[in-house]
Amino acid sequence: MAAMTREETEALIQEVLEVYPEKAKKDRAKHLAVNDSSLEKANKCITSNRKSLPGVMTVRGCAYAGSKGVVWGPIKDMIHISHGPVGCGQYSRAGRRNYYVGTTGVNAFGTMNFTSDFKENDIVFGGDKKLSKIMLEIEQLFPLNKGISIQSECPIGLIGDDIEAVAKKAAKETGKPVVPVRCEGFRGVSQSLGHHIANDAIRDWVLENRDGDDSFQTTPYDVAVIGDYNIGGDAWASRTLLEEMGLRVVAQWSGDGTIAEIEKTPKVKLNLIHCYRSMNYIARHMEEKYSIPWIEYNFFGPTKIAESLRKIAALFDEKIQAGAERVIARYTAEYEAVIAKYKPRLEGKRVMLYIGGLRPRHVIGAYEDLGMEVVGTGYEFGHNDDYDRTIKEMGNATLLYDDVTGYEFEEFVKRVQPDLIGSGIKEKYIFQKMGVPFRQMHSWDYSGPYHGYDGFAIFARDMDMTINNPCWKNIKAPWKNQVANDEALKAVA
Amino acid sequence: MPSVMLRKREDGKLIFYVAKKDLEETIESIEFDSPDKWGGEVVLGDGSKYAFEILDAPPKIPLTLQAKRL
Ligand code: SF4
Repeated sequence: MAAMTREETEALIQEVLEVYPEKAKKDRAKHLAVNDSSLEKANKCITSNRKSLPGVMTVRGCAYAGSKGVVWGPIKDMIHISHGPVGCGQYSRAGRRNYYVGTTGVNAFGTMNFTSDFKENDIVFGGDKKLSKIMLEIEQLFPLNKGISIQSECPIGLIGDDIEAVAKKAAKETGKPVVPVRCEGFRGVSQSLGHHIANDAIRDWVLENRDGDDSFQTTPYDVAVIGDYNIGGDAWASRTLLEEMGLRVVAQWSGDGTIAEIEKTPKVKLNLIHCYRSMNYIARHMEEKYSIPWIEYNFFGPTKIAESLRKIAALFDEKIQAGAERVIARYTAEYEAVIAKYKPRLEGKRVMLYIGGLRPRHVIGAYEDLGMEVVGTGYEFGHNDDYDRTIKEMGNATLLYDDVTGYEFEEFVKRVQPDLIGSGIKEKYIFQKMGVPFRQMHSWDYSGPYHGYDGFAIFARDMDMTINNPCWKNIKAPWKNQVANDEALKAVA
Repeated sequence: MPSVMLRKREDGKLIFYVAKKDLEETIESIEFDSPDKWGGEVVLGDGSKYAFEILDAPPKIPLTLQAKRL
């Protein structure tokens, strides 16, 4: 299908909005837009970070998901208690595929679920006693833990438990950090506020732990990787590149990260932000308090990787700048071979995305490196500043949809007819049944890493095996396939 | 009185950021910006106006300050 003009895209949005009642229509209209890459500011065309409409299908998560699932969960040597009823933690357990090294249950706890398993009794009489008891038990059973975080679920805020007091007492008893996080699910409009609350908890309870302690040997090349959750090994694929160019990665926030790394971060020279949405808060805080500058980078696809490596190197001396060039040169043959192999199979294919924190804009470059085109993108829980950064990356007259509803997304797909959709597990089976090739872009569909040069090769292979999979030809029942039938009859006759 | 985080962008422009409001804008003009006087009314990229208290010297940026919406 040829690219849609601005008028056609606008008409499509109007048509999709038609089914809503007046009030809902007015609200949803603000979240759907045709991209105009000449704009400087996204708030001229799209509204974001607002409460979802009751009655529509949204795929957003809650603040607890943002804090426990995204920011804190991957810190592997801490135990994160899902404080409240058992479900919130159990149904989200280990779903994000944040890889880590360590022995689970001994010195790493990433894929385990710890919960205070609230019952009626705890709601009525309060759960503070239970919480103190759990922490003692944790110390006995898992003595190698390096700290505890208390991730509040909805009821904790409702019954008004004083988890801060319990945390302080436990920290004194164990001598390890115990961090209460007020990330009850009802706070804010999406998981996004959970990220913010989690950042604030790190700021208030962890970051200052080593202020005034200079025993850590620093170098002029110390950096921290912020906002890389090591999905399928992403952070490892990124880290190797940074180290190869001569930098020293002191901390990984928070994929495969440890509490000690986080405590050491105020000593670094530069913070590198991959997922801006979930961790810009802490970077801004460190800039103000410790004068550590931060920059955003993008490690998806060779074009963006080279751009980012040079941008990072520019902030250091010639040694690092030469290092960046050396890294780029070293991998050139490798990624050129990947492009030579897959581009002919993928060229001209059109993609629609609907994902979370950074990917709706960050992966565009990787698709373009393969000759593909992203014709629609949107964030589940993005803010204005995310869309500001997106309008420049997207082509003119492409679709932007914020917190898209199930209905809108389906209608858009029916009309735009993309060759590939990249979104989450909740969308996956709907679109596969509609016969559209689909990649799950939150957890890389059980694949990965996708970051770095190594990741790009895997990314290209995955996109190829999804789009060019022979199964898509067999989605339609054979007797409904008129053309095939006619040909078969002809063959018989 | 929102808390405003001020920082310098790579191109040297001042950025006015209010986390609560999701507002990230450039500062286009500032009433006083001399070695002995800083602050007053600022105009942002989107045309909105805020006012800082007037200080005796330009502050060290990045910094969080209170601003009043005008
Ligand atoms: S909204 Fe509340 S109850 Fe639901 S998962 Fe989040 S914390 Fe748990």
